[in-house]
Amino acid sequence: MTNGTKRRVVVVGNGMVGYKFCEKLIAKAPDFFHITVFGEEPRPAYDRVHLSEYFAGKTAEDLTLAPLDWYFDNNIQIHLSDPITHIDRENKTVLSHHGLSVPYDYLILATGSAPFVPSILGIEKEGVFVYRTIEDLEMMQSHAKKARRGAVIGGGLLGLEAGKALIDLGLEEIHVIEFAPKLMPRQIDQSGSDMLKNKLEALGLKIHLSKNTQEITGNDSISGMTFADGSKLDVDMLVISAGIKPRDEVARLAGLEVGSRGGIVVNNYLQTSDPAIFAIGECALHNHMIYGLVAPGYDMADVVATNLSKAATSESKSFVSFDMSTKLKLIGVDVASFGNPFIQEPDCQTIVYENKSKGVYKRINISIDGKSLLGGILIGDAEQYNMLLQTTINNLVIPKDPEDLILGSRGGESDGGAGVMALPDEALICSCEAVSKGRICHEIVKNKVTTIDGIKKCTKAGTGCGGCVPLVKDLVQGTMKAQGIYIRNILCEHFDYTRQELFNLVKINNLRTYDEVLDKFGKDDGCEVCKPAIASILASLWNEMILQKDNATAQDSNDRFLANIQRGGTYSVVPRIPGGEITPEKLIVIGQVAQKYGLYTKITGGQRIDMFGAHVGDLPQIWEELVAAGFESGHAYGKSLRTVKSCVGTTWCRFGVQDSVSFAIEVENRYKGLRSPHKLKSAVSGCIRECAEAQSKDFGIIATEKGWNLYVCGNGGSKPQHALLLATDLSSEICLKLIDRFLMFYIKTAEPLTRTATWLNKMEGGIAYLKSVIIDDSLGICEELEKEMQTLVNNYQCEWKEAVETPEIRKRFVHFVNAPEVKDPNVKYEPLRDQIMATDWNKVTA
Amino acid sequence: MILEINTSIAIRWRQACKIEDIPENGGACVLLDGEQIAIYNFARRNEWFATQNLCPHKQQMVLSRGMIGTQGGEPKVACPFHKKTFSLETGKCMGDEAYQITTYPVKIEGNLVFVGL
Repeated sequence: MTNGTKRRVVVVGNGMVGYKFCEKLIAKAPDFFHITVFGEEPRPAYDRVHLSEYFAGKTAEDLTLAPLDWYFDNNIQIHLSDPITHIDRENKTVLSHHGLSVPYDYLILATGSAPFVPSILGIEKEGVFVYRTIEDLEMMQSHAKKARRGAVIGGGLLGLEAGKALIDLGLEEIHVIEFAPKLMPRQIDQSGSDMLKNKLEALGLKIHLSKNTQEITGNDSISGMTFADGSKLDVDMLVISAGIKPRDEVARLAGLEVGSRGGIVVNNYLQTSDPAIFAIGECALHNHMIYGLVAPGYDMADVVATNLSKAATSESKSFVSFDMSTKLKLIGVDVASFGNPFIQEPDCQTIVYENKSKGVYKRINISIDGKSLLGGILIGDAEQYNMLLQTTINNLVIPKDPEDLILGSRGGESDGGAGVMALPDEALICSCEAVSKGRICHEIVKNKVTTIDGIKKCTKAGTGCGGCVPLVKDLVQGTMKAQGIYIRNILCEHFDYTRQELFNLVKINNLRTYDEVLDKFGKDDGCEVCKPAIASILASLWNEMILQKDNATAQDSNDRFLANIQRGGTYSVVPRIPGGEITPEKLIVIGQVAQKYGLYTKITGGQRIDMFGAHVGDLPQIWEELVAAGFESGHAYGKSLRTVKSCVGTTWCRFGVQDSVSFAIEVENRYKGLRSPHKLKSAVSGCIRECAEAQSKDFGIIATEKGWNLYVCGNGGSKPQHALLLATDLSSEICLKLIDRFLMFYIKTAEPLTRTATWLNKMEGGIAYLKSVIIDDSLGICEELEKEMQTLVNNYQCEWKEAVETPEIRKRFVHFVNAPEVKDPNVKYEPLRDQIMATDWNKVTA
Repeated sequence: MILEINTSIAIRWRQACKIEDIPENGGACVLLDGEQIAIYNFARRNEWFATQNLCPHKQQMVLSRGMIGTQGGEPKVACPFHKKTFSLETGKCMGDEAYQITTYPVKIEGNLVFVGL
């Protein structure tokens, strides 16, 4: 289309909705229109929803929706600080404040609203503000410097936002004054308001309800307020946030139909009484309703943009009354309201959950037949908002026990309520940008967009209020899973394989060294991520001495020196003490060695003894003495089996039902030296009292009258997790068989550095699947797993014994290769309770 | 003439150790004039490197015990303590931090390793 035939569109107002309209129109029909924008404010459209973040440190630029360049790049004429003062409908021309006269084919009024300022005596005084534009904020900011006590008139959504702004401005005392008997009267009920009030007051806001402001006192500047009930309040700053008033002056002047209480009357196409003029956003009165939220405003912009570009796209759309559900975080308190929050019995069944100590209030309204969710309110915890909203809008079937929707499923197998994958394609995921589930899924499946950022870019979902981002995340993951899109966690930049793939490749190709693997399946020269991962695979497959065949430098540093590096650069020494059982003679040897080499000793959590502070050059001698006394490496430095802890069981304990110590020693000796994706811990308890804490281990065994119960995939650490029961009343032989299978399956399939608990958590089908593989042999691999484990067990040799007996390995244990007898002079100790400790590295200066 | 003088600052080569003292594709530490120098034999690349042995993060004398490798083709060493990685060519920390370590030239003559201080 040439310039001459382009339709002329004039947009009056450059707020969020006016901007959105331009964006949509350009996207739908890039070359059909010549767009001119007039804005009253001095800056281009910015994010008014997050206005309070201006006080929390965001700049005006941060809040800007699109820089001026965007308008230029898209050939949009933009005139700022220049409101339209007159519309000549006859000649289809607008006149601006600065005297510009611009003709239009279509005129879009997006003039927004102004704060409603009630006529209170003294309202003109200095220190009284409204809260809508960045200029308002700038004025508030400068006045706040000399103010101490502030108040907000209005306890609605915007009023509480303004209260937050006063907190950010650093005022000491802040009052919120509401005429109605509750906060946020349009969104929440009395009980919800009570809970919200408690929470806000706990945060330091003073809330006054049913309060009618009569006069604002003070000379030039505000000094106080008086109320209809005769009470008074001293304040030196006041923000009016008592509602909005549509900006319909220009429309009114032009003779367009307006509502009796303001607002430009529009039909379902957002057309005013003049078919060439449209009104969108907060200035439009649709079906007797002004929409004061951004999402319906964006939807209106979309409707008009769609209909104007019908010639280009053959699409049309009408505006239907909009869902006013909303979720926001007010001063750190979650508040959400969705569907019909207020409907009451007998028109519905209402379920209420209230926890005053936690400040949580939840209400859901269920249809009489108990089949659908009509609406609800969430205060203090709005995590379920997105799903509840979707359930309401899409009329999804709700659980038999509807309270599961807000309380979560308590026991039983079901998850309570349907997940995001159960939503229909037309379900609106992002209401700000009107993005449906189908649209997002299309991008994931057809265009292979699989990141949140990617989805944001191509659909704009999640770019408005951001509330739907968790839902989008679930949708991406769920859709990828449903599509069978395999998420491959490749090792690093040198290997385009997962650990599991490499494990099999190394095995099939019978590779024995890191360099062979790198040459055959990798590229470049490796790194600190792939080296230990592949060294671990090699060890798990062949169980050969890890420091031989040039594999030493592929080991993680602790494995390379067969000891744990500690602060100061010295090492700790942990001999194996299977099951925690040790003779007095061996205890004496440990004491003598520690004394001789000046080591700090401590009992570990795994029932053995750790000796700290050994110089690297002393390690071979220390171990020579330990090996001579019958000790073996404890592998405390490796991603391998650590200890099998035990309680004393039937040998001494009056409660014990099996000999737990003997079995723990058998188990520990069977799996000692076994290298795995991460460390392995185990324990055997002699009775149900569970003194060995077996249920917190990767595999734990608890004695029963008839044998052993086997638990797997437990974890202590930062995210404790109880082990799950795999099988009951096992004989020792069967128990070991199952552990063989379990460990081998873990070693073959887990990601690097993944403990068994995380491995299980990520496993499709969870414990039921694991049981089917290693008990029911559903994959037909159990025999192979057992065989592989037996090979590893047969190949075991104490690596410290080998190290001290092999001169080429032993000579690497020095600090200075050109002065082997010299110890690192930087190692420093300090005395500590009759022993030593490493000098704090924050105090050492080398 | 002046330029020539400035660019030809003589490197003072010090004999450090024998080739076999440094494990292939790994490092080891030498003591030279009271300084701890980490020497790396990057056999895969047929290159030798030397850096200070001190990791600047927690002031630990351990870089020679770190794993070596590459990132985008640039040779690096990872400290055993907290896996901070440093370029073996420039000494720059390859993470976000602004740590810098000193690097030294290395030359091989016969089976001897020399470091330029």
